[in-house]
Amino acid sequence: MTSISDKEQEVVNEFELFDDWMDKYNYIIELGKSLPPIDEKHKEDKYLINGCQARVWLHARMEDGKVVFLADSDALITKGIVALLIRVLSGHVPQEIIHADMTFIDEIGLKEHLSQTRSNGLLNMIKQMKLYALAFSKTSAK
Amino acid sequence: MTIQADSIRKAFPILSRTVNKRPLVYFDNAATTQKPQVVMDRLMHYYSYENSNIHRGAHFLSQQATEAYESARATIRAFIHARHNHEVIFTRGTTEAINLVAYSYTKKFVKPGDEVLISAMEHHSNIVPWQIACQELNARLKVIPMNERGELDMEAYAKLLTGKTRIVALTHVSNALGTVNPLKEIIRQAHNMDIPVLIDGAQAIPHMAVDVQDLDCDFYCFSGHKMYGPMGVGVLYGKEEWLNQMPPYQGGGEMIREVTFSGTTYNELPFKFEAGTPNVADVLGMESAVKFISHLGHEHIAAHENALLEYALSQMEQLDQIRFIGTASQRTSVISFLFKDIHPYDTGTILDKLGVAVRTGHHCAQPIMDFFEIPGTVRVSLAIYNTKKEVDILIEALKKVREMFG
Ligand SMILES: Cc1ncc(COP(=O)(O)O)c(C=O)c1O
Repeated sequence: MTSISDKEQEVVNEFELFDDWMDKYNYIIELGKSLPPIDEKHKEDKYLINGCQARVWLHARMEDGKVVFLADSDALITKGIVALLIRVLSGHVPQEIIHADMTFIDEIGLKEHLSQTRSNGLLNMIKQMKLYALAFSKTSAK
Repeated sequence: MTIQADSIRKAFPILSRTVNKRPLVYFDNAATTQKPQVVMDRLMHYYSYENSNIHRGAHFLSQQATEAYESARATIRAFIHARHNHEVIFTRGTTEAINLVAYSYTKKFVKPGDEVLISAMEHHSNIVPWQIACQELNARLKVIPMNERGELDMEAYAKLLTGKTRIVALTHVSNALGTVNPLKEIIRQAHNMDIPVLIDGAQAIPHMAVDVQDLDCDFYCFSGHKMYGPMGVGVLYGKEEWLNQMPPYQGGGEMIREVTFSGTTYNELPFKFEAGTPNVADVLGMESAVKFISHLGHEHIAAHENALLEYALSQMEQLDQIRFIGTASQRTSVISFLFKDIHPYDTGTILDKLGVAVRTGHHCAQPIMDFFEIPGTVRVSLAIYNTKKEVDILIEALKKVREMFG
């Protein structure tokens, strides 16, 4: 089973292949397009992440002790970054998600998307993913 | 003299820098304009040679600083053609100027059940202060609607003016749509019913000559930083009849005549509304910006910007599937749009990568976005230093966006 930090490294390695920003963004846009659409019922306001210029919906469920994330966004670049976050975090046990350091975003040069003005929403997104994991860890511990 | 943007650009050091390894194309002027060297020199000069607290010390520097500060007030009076120097109150910006009136005017003149009238195209700074005041006073906030082009519905306006209306607060130019409102007619109708009018001039003042006596508005607010001046400083113009009747907004030094623990008598205008040590350096910087604008001449500025606006619109129209938000017959310097079904954030991100700075989002005017049922727009806003060449770069960049998201 690949760990979260292995997956982070995998993404970093992939992005090292791009020598110009346009290839990188084309790739992110492709990732955005290929993220499977989520059920319309999860596109309600209560699943919205606050603070994004683009809207981001996030939903999570437990499967065999692992957290599975589902998300969508109305902006493609945002959706592509969300797809990366899901690829890295989805399918892991709550404890591992809670402790993930997520430095890969910085390493692949997307930090600007986490800045205050762009969308602290993506930071909120990571926070919300961790909060889901935390909530699941509490319920499964009972 | 016509405007030679190329030579004007030399006055703005920041315009020669690069962003993302490309020459900066700055099209976010409605958010804030860049500053010419003269403005920055003025700030440096003040702190280097003139710095002193004003209206207080009897010493040389204090007197000199006081004179400079009051002379800036006179320059600004002339710039907007106010009747008196003391009708020019220095504030932190448009936001503080509106808050001042929304607090002091309503405190004195608005009773429960009264109405405050704003419009559907206001910036949040001309909505929220009135909402707060209305809540506090049990008054009602009414809204003049607009049409699909982003023009005010003047018939509805006439009906909304009632015996209960205590003030009309309206933007001169919409920051999200570029609409220029027919102020004279609006003010005339309100005055027929003895209702004063406050104008949010933040987006008008850098682009057109403003004559507050000719408009006959009761209050006019603007920010230094949107007219080539420093941040953190702005102006409230108010007719003295109103300002004299209004209670102070903040208490402190400078705004008093006499203080005892049993009570205080207030100073006269303009000091009554300038509590505490003012932002002297930035006021002087704003004065330099005003001189800079006056030197270029408003008619030349408008000619250059309008020609550029038309050029940009005609070039953009040729792009496939561009939807302009705000198509008023009277407009200036702002182009709000959506490109195909591409999210504004996506468009903005790629433009930024290509060195083109635009604003994306709701532009602090969420009700406008709700009206058009869109998440936001991409906004290109022009200034005197922008060029056709930069518009061409924008068009090429938009083509790239289309390619990437196609
Ligand atoms: C129409 C309008 N009103 C008010 C403001 C607020 O100005 P400031 O932030 O300088 O106080 C702005 C600035 O974006 C504006 O565009």
